[in-house]
Amino acid sequence: MKNTEMARRLSRRRNLGKVLQLVFLSLTILAVLVLGVLLGNIIDRSFGISAIEYVSKYEDISADGALLEDSDDTALIETIVLNLRPRTLDAFEAEKPLDQRTRVELLEILEKELLQPSVVRSWSLMESLFARKAVNAELQELWPDAKARWRSWVRAELLLGSQSMDPLYAGIRGAIIGTFITILITMFVALPLGVGAAIWLEEYAPDNRLTRFIQTNIYNLAGVPSIIYGMLGLSIFVRYLVNVTQGRTILSAALTLAVLILPIVIINTQEALKAVPQSLRHASLALGASQWQTIRHHVLPACMDRILTGAILGLSRAIGETAPLVVVGASTFLTHDPSSVFDRFTTLPVQIYQWTSLPGDAWRNLAGAAILVLMILLLGLNSFAILLRNRYRKEMKA
Amino acid sequence: MARSRQRLVLSAGMDSIGVALRRRPKPVEQLIRGLLFFCATVSVLTTIGIVWTLLSQSLLFFKQVNPFEFLTGITWQPQIGEFGVLPLVTATLITSLIAMLIALPVGMAIAIYLAEFATERVRSILKPVLEVLAGVPTIVYGYFALTMVTPVLRSIFGQETVGFYNMASAGIVMGILILPLVASMAEDALSAVPQSLRNAAWAMGATRLEVTFGVVIPSALSGILAAFILALSRAVGETMIVAIAAGAGPKFTLNPFAAAETMTGHIVRISGGDLSYDSIDYDSLFAIALLLFIITFGLNILSRKIVRRFGEGAA
Repeated sequence: MKNTEMARRLSRRRNLGKVLQLVFLSLTILAVLVLGVLLGNIIDRSFGISAIEYVSKYEDISADGALLEDSDDTALIETIVLNLRPRTLDAFEAEKPLDQRTRVELLEILEKELLQPSVVRSWSLMESLFARKAVNAELQELWPDAKARWRSWVRAELLLGSQSMDPLYAGIRGAIIGTFITILITMFVALPLGVGAAIWLEEYAPDNRLTRFIQTNIYNLAGVPSIIYGMLGLSIFVRYLVNVTQGRTILSAALTLAVLILPIVIINTQEALKAVPQSLRHASLALGASQWQTIRHHVLPACMDRILTGAILGLSRAIGETAPLVVVGASTFLTHDPSSVFDRFTTLPVQIYQWTSLPGDAWRNLAGAAILVLMILLLGLNSFAILLRNRYRKEMKA
Repeated sequence: MARSRQRLVLSAGMDSIGVALRRRPKPVEQLIRGLLFFCATVSVLTTIGIVWTLLSQSLLFFKQVNPFEFLTGITWQPQIGEFGVLPLVTATLITSLIAMLIALPVGMAIAIYLAEFATERVRSILKPVLEVLAGVPTIVYGYFALTMVTPVLRSIFGQETVGFYNMASAGIVMGILILPLVASMAEDALSAVPQSLRNAAWAMGATRLEVTFGVVIPSALSGILAAFILALSRAVGETMIVAIAAGAGPKFTLNPFAAAETMTGHIVRISGGDLSYDSIDYDSLFAIALLLFIITFGLNILSRKIVRRFGEGAA
């Protein structure tokens, strides 16, 4: 009697354990699924059918009323000359005479200046693939004049194109250049400072109040929201150091990001230095090496792989940061690509933010495609970090 | 002077050479040491810069606006001179609260599963996934909130109930953002509990689940609590998700399906536009930032205090 009662309780306790374990497991799987949905959503937005409407049709404006497909280059030039305003025409002729242009170039002028396409509605990849009927029905009902076209928003023109107020032509060339220059400067400022600070704290610093204060201070800085760094950058780098940085420039942005990732770099480097066994230092010092010689020739090489990984983690954080750069004053529209550190700037995440905030399907698609580029960039950087680390480890072992 | 000391050392034999080497490090060594020390002080300069910037600009603001009105007013309309920060604060609290409601249970479940149940193989797959989640830029989460979560919410609860911009969507995605932080910090705390405690409980006949909830979690409580507080601080300071998905325009509302602007969202929107440096609008941003800084700083300190005070006792 007693035994069966106990057995029943025991099995109930065990079952409860199994049920909850299942709950924990399913919640964990849920988190993995979320990552999948996140990536899927971006890809879903980057490809699909777009409904494109033209301001005018080629057959209506062409010299002989022929269709675009039937017209040869001379007919195209004729149409362009016929329709384009004289001043615009002169500008094109001055750039490169029309009769010397290729068909692709002629079509480009024709499309941009005369036919003027615009996206009235775009569908996601899933809708385009699996709900084609609904897409066609909506198209016929609402935009009978529009043409449905498959469009990959990730395209060469996106990477190479300059900024534009038209989602069909807008590109991220300026943003990519801006990101690269900014991160390069951030790296040159934050890495030496961060690694240096970590070396002092781990290898030189006496255990006193000043050291503890600096250490606590670094931990606290790591928890400050990134937007506060933006305010710091706006007030110090943009306004007070205006003579050095020229205001809202790449230099100001890079310095802001450098200050932002400094605590991360310091803490990561400290972890790396802590992992080096004390015996290594003692051996070197016992042989008469000075402290710096010990650090330079023994401690740093022993943990270089970890330092590099930490540094790259910090840099990927800097690449993805948006808020501080918006506050520091990223440009909403660049008239030319940034070429020096004193140019006005925009970066990839800022561009994504601006496009996401604009109304209209097409801008969302474009932002999705730009996110894909950003994610690939970050993935590449992280893979590079892993490669570098593995190579360094092999060298150390050899 | 230096020459004469050198001659003295030379004449004094081996012992004194050792002493002299110890007493007079090479100037290069000293220089390097100084340089490294300078690097370490940069972080202190940063803190001074942040505090000084926020305080001095806020002071300009508080010369024109009564701090009491700032903290208790429920309208934020700089055009008519109303600077009540409460609408921004409530929006921040609501989005953060929703984020915590998502991140705490799920994060704890993941932490418990990883620390107590998962095999080494499963753990080696799941941990990198969490790291990837943690490495995704926040702007991507913002895009996700606007283009994925908001439409889903609107189709579930109805287009009239849920606004195109709403705090719920931003809060949910923010929960996903801080999920890896909660999970990995809580897992660290659980894993730090000595195996002997578990063994003892098992020896008494407790099931795996009873060990987890009766022994492991109570002894790791301080670490878990610290993780929660740090996650809350992160949520309060998070910017891009709310800037994109929660809406523009400060509004005093407690309805999570309504649009409202958080403190961070407001700063980003206003400073992203053309703003003249000598206006009260500009100074008001620093007052908001100061409040934000105080809140997050307080939470961070609290989190570290808890770890320091109770953490050592448990381990």
